[in-house]
Amino acid sequence: MEIYFWAFVVGGLICVIGQLLLDLGRFTPAHTVTILVVAGAILSGLELYQPLIDFAGAGASVPITSFGNALVQGALSEAKQSGLVGIVTGIFEVTSAGISSAIVFAFMASLLFRPKG
Amino acid sequence: MKAGKQTWIFDNRPTILATAVVGGPREARGPLAEDFDLLHDDLLFGEKSFEKAERKLLEEACELAIRKADLKQEDIEFMLAGDLSNQIISSTFTSRGLAIPYLGLFGACSTSMEALALGALIVDTKFGNNVLCGTASHYAAVEKQYRYPTEYGSQKPDTAQWTVTGAGAAVLGQAGQGPQVVSATIGKVIDMGLKDPFNMGAAMAPAAVDTISAHCQDLDITPDHYDLIATGDLGRYGHALTLELFPKYHIDMPREKYVDCGMMIYYEHQPMLFAGASGTACSATVTYGHILNRMRKGELKRVLIVATGALLSPMSYQQKESIPCIAHAVAIEYSE
Amino acid sequence: MSEQKQHILTEKEYQKIVKDKEPKRPVVRNCIRAFLVGGFICMLGQAISDIYIYFFNFTEKSAGNPTSATLIFISVLLTSLGIYDHIAQWAGAGTAIPVTGFANSMASAALEHRTEGYVLGVGSNMFKLAGSVIVFGVFSAFIIALIRTLVSMIGGA
Repeated sequence: MEIYFWAFVVGGLICVIGQLLLDLGRFTPAHTVTILVVAGAILSGLELYQPLIDFAGAGASVPITSFGNALVQGALSEAKQSGLVGIVTGIFEVTSAGISSAIVFAFMASLLFRPKG
Repeated sequence: MKAGKQTWIFDNRPTILATAVVGGPREARGPLAEDFDLLHDDLLFGEKSFEKAERKLLEEACELAIRKADLKQEDIEFMLAGDLSNQIISSTFTSRGLAIPYLGLFGACSTSMEALALGALIVDTKFGNNVLCGTASHYAAVEKQYRYPTEYGSQKPDTAQWTVTGAGAAVLGQAGQGPQVVSATIGKVIDMGLKDPFNMGAAMAPAAVDTISAHCQDLDITPDHYDLIATGDLGRYGHALTLELFPKYHIDMPREKYVDCGMMIYYEHQPMLFAGASGTACSATVTYGHILNRMRKGELKRVLIVATGALLSPMSYQQKESIPCIAHAVAIEYSE
Repeated sequence: MSEQKQHILTEKEYQKIVKDKEPKRPVVRNCIRAFLVGGFICMLGQAISDIYIYFFNFTEKSAGNPTSATLIFISVLLTSLGIYDHIAQWAGAGTAIPVTGFANSMASAALEHRTEGYVLGVGSNMFKLAGSVIVFGVFSAFIIALIRTLVSMIGGA
């Protein structure tokens, strides 16, 4: 159950970093999220992201930073098997669920709902 | 007749024969609801898109204004209108329906007074009679075009403004009873290098002050000449900034006579108020509804409406340009 | 901007006045809200992940996918009901940074552009806001993975 506490704290802190980027850095939401994805990718490249996930569980896997991690890990694991070309073939392997479900659900929403304003 | 550098005096005093003001759900819950001719309870009112709804607002305001002036569509000789949509389609499609010789205008939120000034010029010079001047804006259509999809979860700062869903139209004539347009000052585009599209009040404030200054200089009067001076949509922070700027321009602005339409149309407690209202319909609905009603009741004799507009586009912002702004001022008088 | 020189005050002077008068963003309040909501969403994610592990026989590794999909579903639903944007105005980064923000950006764009048709409206605009996350995520992952792989190749050889 301890992991719930760390999920809350770590997830919360990553969001605080995002909030500081929005309020102090005056970045747009799109810029902020992009910065965090790239940060996640960098941490992943330094083999620091998986330990964070082991420690904080969803606190590290739910924020958008983990998307960067998943892309890098997908590329690296495929590269181990197939060499350099694996970088390109493996990038979306791990993240497929996120993107696919977002597209499917968003499209279904457009079929069934209208914006309220 | 021209006065000074950029002001027109309308010697023949074109009369505002009638005005019509239409609004949406948020305006219906505001303090000026009584001054609206028609209010809608949702953002679509039966139309299939927000853009079509914006057009409907303008159609309703125009048709109602013509009717209130005891005229028919065929009697209207010219129509001047504009809005915030790309290629001002709401105005264009409205005029298509009315089949009136049409001049499309883009002044962002200053369009209402741009239209009234030009309409008064046509009527005063007898180049036309029964001229229709109108404008409309729609909260959701404007958000979609200029900022983010309406359901997007971005956090708006306190300096942001809420676009009025509404339309205002006026019919100007050479003869008749009603408030009269006596002068108009055409503004210059002023750009002080501000780039934040979520703080347009700050970008527009210098334009408002510049036009008020030019108006007073051209006519050799002081702001005290008027019972009320209303800016279009500077919002709380833009309004406060103009108060900082007036002394630098040697303008003595009497505080109790100086208001902003964007601060008048909604109650303080209405949710998501931020800095106040904006949109082409902001100055139009408050002026053609509330302010003219007060004049018709005899509470105000001379007013100056200074509609302010931020002339940016989503692309100019993305290309890191600053926000050029403009303000057009029209003086209206009413004596029994 | 040379015409501005004849102005009563320069651009810089005015910008300073604007900065001084601008309402200060309530950074601390926003950060607390972001912390609470972001933390809560992650805790919810943890709970959903555990449900998948204990009731649906997923492992810790494989539970990540259905967990993401579930959070995305909830996000899209709240967006469609018109509730998400109100929560987000309060929570700021707390809703934008978790995967919920990504889902909301796509759902809100899809809903908004339905009036332009499904192909040119929904289809073309769905990634309007989320696109940069994918583009930059993929590009940076490519560079990083390339560097790592080359380094290990050179290191190995």
